[in-house]
Amino acid sequence: MVCVMPLTPNLPMTEPIAPLLIVEDLRVAFPARGGGMLEAVRGVSFTLGRERLGIVGESGSGKSQTGRAILGLTAPQARISARRLEFGGVDLLNCTPQQRRALRGGRIAMVLQDPKFSLNPVMTIGAQIAETLLAHTRVSKAEARKRVLASLESVRIDDPERVYKLYPHEVSGGMGQRAMIAMMLIAEPDILIADEPTSALDVTVQLQVLSILDALVAERGMGLVLISHDLRLVSSFCDRVLVMYAGRVVEELAAGGLHEAKHPYTRGLMACLPQLGQSTHPLATLDRQPEWAL
Amino acid sequence: MSTLQPLGLTADHLRVVCDGFVAVEDACFDVAPGESFGIVGESGSGKSTVLRALCGLARAEAGTVRLRSASGVGDGQDGLDIQPLPGSKAFRRQVQMVFQDPYGSLHPRQTVDRILAEPLAIHGMGDAETRIERALDEVGLGTGFRFRYPHQLSGGQRQRIAIARALILEPAILLLDEPTSALDASVQAEVLNLLEDLRRQRNLTFIMVSHDLAVVTHLCDRLMVMQRGKTVEQLAATDLAQRRATNPYTLSLMHASAGFRRGAAAVT
Repeated sequence: MVCVMPLTPNLPMTEPIAPLLIVEDLRVAFPARGGGMLEAVRGVSFTLGRERLGIVGESGSGKSQTGRAILGLTAPQARISARRLEFGGVDLLNCTPQQRRALRGGRIAMVLQDPKFSLNPVMTIGAQIAETLLAHTRVSKAEARKRVLASLESVRIDDPERVYKLYPHEVSGGMGQRAMIAMMLIAEPDILIADEPTSALDVTVQLQVLSILDALVAERGMGLVLISHDLRLVSSFCDRVLVMYAGRVVEELAAGGLHEAKHPYTRGLMACLPQLGQSTHPLATLDRQPEWAL
Repeated sequence: MSTLQPLGLTADHLRVVCDGFVAVEDACFDVAPGESFGIVGESGSGKSTVLRALCGLARAEAGTVRLRSASGVGDGQDGLDIQPLPGSKAFRRQVQMVFQDPYGSLHPRQTVDRILAEPLAIHGMGDAETRIERALDEVGLGTGFRFRYPHQLSGGQRQRIAIARALILEPAILLLDEPTSALDASVQAEVLNLLEDLRRQRNLTFIMVSHDLAVVTHLCDRLMVMQRGKTVEQLAATDLAQRRATNPYTLSLMHASAGFRRGAAAVT
């Protein structure tokens, strides 16, 4: 029942040169009303090593669909194509559903936006986390429990024994999101894709969750893809930031290089945010140019 | 009652209890006519509950809410106009609310026209045709949107409809519950600019709730910080903008809104 992965022995941590994930010319298209296909992602290319990569864009920019396509979670009616979509030597586009399943959750994991909707409401938090572990590794129940408690502790939950027995509705948003991260990390993935992991959370809790992710990336040498609409937050957290607009990457920025952004869209996005200590009345609005979407 | 005359609002020792849980404890604040007042805090701090108590959506267990004009509290004793009391229809016409999520606050099976006609019908305001057209123009949508359904609109357009619905009654006070938190950054800027313009044109009083300090200081003159149902402090937006806050909780909120800093992020 439990999948044994034949072609994916854990990569040694000392391999900084070969990227974990190679995405080249990724396209995701959905059938549009009245025939035709509508491309949500139009030729996105990037590589991911053991680093923090941010993908920023507004709603409809294709940032989430990029993340989902990597995991194979795109809706069945969509058409995905890419010149290359490779993870650790596995061609993700042409592998069997079985291989895909083994990778998903095992070696590539995803944290979703709102813990209220992404956790199973009728299972205790402990049981949900154990389920992930049991799906990917062969361990005894007692061992599973021990590892679940350890993973809850690693996301800085003070009383893991108590939280283990709680249902999702009994915990706060920040706690739920930490449980979600614990669930994703228990199978020790090489890549974590976090799709707006903090936008349902308060500002102060947001930073706690990010610092947990940050520590885990540093300790385990994971690759992290952080998808968010919050340009400022992402650029203060990630090593590299891709800015997406209308399904394309319009600009790549280095960490903290936000003020060096050249593309008018990135600059416009920065200018329209109100800033503490600076009064600009009225705020600049984004004047979308049709050529950005070309 | 002329709508051009701005109204203020005074809340005194407001206390809201839900199932034995004290959601708001002893909230006192005074909003001057034409002022823009902000309430910030984390989720669960009771900031939205304060707004809901002001407009009567949550029952206040204790405390008073009064409208007031520039010259004094309108209780009739000082010879001024008597201002309507909370819970009355006249009060609700003066105090209107815009909710957080424009995807949840508009009826999915009603057209924009019906959504905007309903408050007019409730308050017996005639001339619906021109009022609806004018309201749509004012929020920058135009009459072309009049017979659309909410699912045919974007998030920013929906929030504009929600603002139009609140303003169509020509209220004096607008309660804004996180009006832009469900919107993209560029759309947020448009909606904030719209709110600012409308306030100037109509001499409106704003009471705005948000968790985003930058948004609150942008739109408000004065703000109140709440934590776990209690008022932590009240300060002027300019003080906050120049980082002159003293309370540790306010400072931690300020740090948090500055973005992620490696090593310095460990907040309790």
